[in-house]
Amino acid sequence: MSGLLEIAQPGIGTTVQDRGRAGHRHHGMPLSGWLDGPLARAANALLGNPPDEAVLELRGTGTVLRVKAGPVRVALAGRIAATCLRSDSSRGPLPAWQSVTLREGDQLQLGPAESGCAYLAVAGGLLMEPQLGSRASYWRAGLAGVLGRAFLPGDALPCGTWSHADPREWRCRSPWTANEGPVRVLLGPQQDHFTADAIAQFLGQDWEATAAQDRMGLRFQGQALAHISAAAADIVSDGVTPGAIQVPANGLPIVLLADGQTVGGYPKIATVISADLPRLAHLKPGTRVRFEAVTHEAAHRALLDEHQRWQRWLASRETYLPPGTVDETALYASNLIDGMLRADP
Amino acid sequence: MTPRLLALGDSAWTLEFGSAIDPAINARVMGLAARVAQARASEEPLMASVTDVVPTFRSLTVHYDPLEADATALGERLRVLAQDGHQAMQPGRLWHLPVCFDADFAPDLPRLANAKGLSPDEVIQRLLAATFRVYMLGFQPGFPYMGGVPPELHMPRLPAPRQKVPAQSLAVAGEMCAVYPWESPGGWNLLGRTPVVLFDLRHAEQPALLAAGDEVRCHAVERATHDRLAAEIARGMPRETFLKAPER
Repeated sequence: MSGLLEIAQPGIGTTVQDRGRAGHRHHGMPLSGWLDGPLARAANALLGNPPDEAVLELRGTGTVLRVKAGPVRVALAGRIAATCLRSDSSRGPLPAWQSVTLREGDQLQLGPAESGCAYLAVAGGLLMEPQLGSRASYWRAGLAGVLGRAFLPGDALPCGTWSHADPREWRCRSPWTANEGPVRVLLGPQQDHFTADAIAQFLGQDWEATAAQDRMGLRFQGQALAHISAAAADIVSDGVTPGAIQVPANGLPIVLLADGQTVGGYPKIATVISADLPRLAHLKPGTRVRFEAVTHEAAHRALLDEHQRWQRWLASRETYLPPGTVDETALYASNLIDGMLRADP
Repeated sequence: MTPRLLALGDSAWTLEFGSAIDPAINARVMGLAARVAQARASEEPLMASVTDVVPTFRSLTVHYDPLEADATALGERLRVLAQDGHQAMQPGRLWHLPVCFDADFAPDLPRLANAKGLSPDEVIQRLLAATFRVYMLGFQPGFPYMGGVPPELHMPRLPAPRQKVPAQSLAVAGEMCAVYPWESPGGWNLLGRTPVVLFDLRHAEQPALLAAGDEVRCHAVERATHDRLAAEIARGMPRETFLKAPER
């Protein structure tokens, strides 16, 4: 059975995201998609969803959702304050890292994500009509409906089907957390547009994330980097990708994110490796980061490590019976609750 | 020049043929794009991880899934394909776009004409005589960077960009020409407007009207014709109306 969520208050910074719109970048269409893939997939995993179902990305605050047709099962991933107002007027915090079943009339108030990015998944996934193969929001390409604009009060968020005969909920023993340490990069492709001192400075200082950031990119503040010449601060545009770190004439790096354009005219001193790309979603203004140059081989190993770490996290999920529910399944087979009842792709 | 293989992080390779805007360099880019397309179509195993192939003025960026790919082997394969420059390049399509040069649509025409010692009509005649070549798409979905602007019309960008450039404005800056697919901020000189929609999701396989390698010629239409065409396009007039089979 499928449920329906409705936007009671749009708030700011909340968008629909999935893995994005690969295959259309030669049309000038950005990749888009979630900024922190492992965290978004964790939200899906907490509902037994396939990992790539569309979710809500929460980067702002003030969004209120109402259950228009229930039940709707939801799960939050990330450090975020959320409150559940039940239709019987009771209220309480909606905890992250576990599934919760909401009834018709219940409301969810989504506060700011502590780190700047969190995800809300629904059982069965969000089922807006995909456009160019994806349900990722992007506001600059005329996508229809809620994918092509900011939310408005009354917008409908159709949810996929799930089996709610089983009263058990999901939870995990520990939250999924991003790795720590310097953000790893591959130098280039235009590192030869910078002096050796500038490369050393780029890797040798802390960079402060500024408030000049959105889903397209993020500007850093620090000691400006020198190009080898004034002319070297511009290039004839070439391809860019999320994680590419452009340095314009002012010497201050800009890292491109998921909604970043497909080509760019500033030299790229380095590009953040795939394993560390999700961390860029959590650089609230004032956060300091350091970059570390690694090899292609190290980048690949880091990605495999992250993938395995996520699989281990996934294995830590379990189902449980919320207090006050009758476990009919257990009445028939008391040894069934082993946390691995659903097949994960 | 031997093409350079550059890592754009661990999820893309850029094959760079030069550093300038040059039709000969761009032709090599498009030649490689065609060979990569062929390798993907013939299901070369190394190509299975490729997600996007993006031509630019002077390079081809090949995006791949970093978890699935053998990045080193893919890079080597691309390097080999980039050196094989003999294969004939697929000719691009030739578009004939109607453009209305009404004063409302061409706020920068008098200034550009004045700066160049030409009458507005002479500027229009030179635009209509030109064949523009699409070097790449970017900046916005469907935004074509086109070369082929006659040198006597080269004009720098506006000192301060406009907050709102109307969609489908024909614009020039330096040696480049473009049509803005979307209303957006922009600093190019606006010389006219086409009723043709440059990015249309009704064509899900190819939402962008133009592709890198295409050529574009303009013909002048009156305001009434512009408005009629705009209405017909909104009602679903086929894009092919504006496509001319190459006459060569």
